[in-house]
Amino acid sequence: MTGPHDTDDLVARLRRGPERPGAARPPATAGNGQAPDPDGLAALVDAALARADRDDLVDVGWVVTDSPVGPLTLAATPEGVVRVGFGTQEDVLEHLAGEVSPRVVRLPSRLDGLRRQLDEYFAGRRRSFDVPLDRRLSHGYRRQVLEALSQVPYGETVSYKDLAVRTGNPGASRAVGTAMATNPIPIVVPCHRVLRTGGALGGYGGGIDTKVWLLRLEGALAL
Amino acid sequence: MTVTLPPFHSLLDEHAADLHRFLVASVGPHDGADCFQETVISALRAYPGLSHDRNLRGWLFTIAHRKVIDHARSAGRRALPMAEPPELVTLDPDGPGSLPEDELWAAVRGLPPKQRSAVVQRYVLDRPYAEVAAVIGCSEAAARQSVRAGLQRLRADLPQEVRP
Repeated sequence: MTGPHDTDDLVARLRRGPERPGAARPPATAGNGQAPDPDGLAALVDAALARADRDDLVDVGWVVTDSPVGPLTLAATPEGVVRVGFGTQEDVLEHLAGEVSPRVVRLPSRLDGLRRQLDEYFAGRRRSFDVPLDRRLSHGYRRQVLEALSQVPYGETVSYKDLAVRTGNPGASRAVGTAMATNPIPIVVPCHRVLRTGGALGGYGGGIDTKVWLLRLEGALAL
Repeated sequence: MTVTLPPFHSLLDEHAADLHRFLVASVGPHDGADCFQETVISALRAYPGLSHDRNLRGWLFTIAHRKVIDHARSAGRRALPMAEPPELVTLDPDGPGSLPEDELWAAVRGLPPKQRSAVVQRYVLDRPYAEVAAVIGCSEAAARQSVRAGLQRLRADLPQEVRP
């Protein structure tokens, strides 16, 4: 016959958990790959997700990368780059979960190509991006405008009106403005190259400072 | 109306550490890593088909619990021709030997899966009985009973403590 005290002792030992004495507890979150990873938990998560990717189970893979214009959230479907976000990571990813699929996981390998090209671009060594794009987040006329925008070369600028004319809707400057404001893939699809008629800067999703920085990088704005 | 599920990665951020702990406690560090991967894959496969976002934690651990059941079955098959799995599974091959804590966890890993998951959820992860019940798919009363039966069996399996 064992008394309640024995059960309490057993429970106390169970509560201490299966970790080896002296081993650190796992971190509270899987982390972003840069956090300390004493038990290899982040590595285990990454390995599981790499396998999920091979099994075609990752509908949206993302990574956050640093850049001279601040952290960027990059996301891609198996078809291509679907989103470049200036906003907080959570806002960008929640939107993707709703619009594309909730199978959204951190998968840096899917963004390796884009990251390398962005680094080259920011260093002034690349003038255009050569990665597959998934344009499913834009529709109708907005999509048509963003596709036309991809033809505007590095270092040049156009006006909202120019783009309206190029897409066969000379009166649609306002709709062009909306297309720019909702561009899901900024920088890669260069909405920073669109200015107001007369050269005023207009707006930018990543903030006007970012727009100025990008235009100066491309030599499209005098200092 | 379709439900908007949170991005899957947020489930991992919140629960990966506990999930790993649950599986290491239930099947050991080596097989726990395998079961962890299996759980993530199965969860990701099923995730877009969920019709609601209530108790996603319970849903995730239910999948993990099923992996523990599968693991126990295949461990049972490996142990054939014995009719019953051995009373205590072997000690962790990568462990240092016969510390009392190794005996404890070997005994936990020798419990029938339902009792094992119930004990681990209740005490290792400190979850209330309602959540234990959600994970193993039974009533709260049955969950209490599984925890009680699991503790009884552990006490019977473990050598009496020599208290300092």
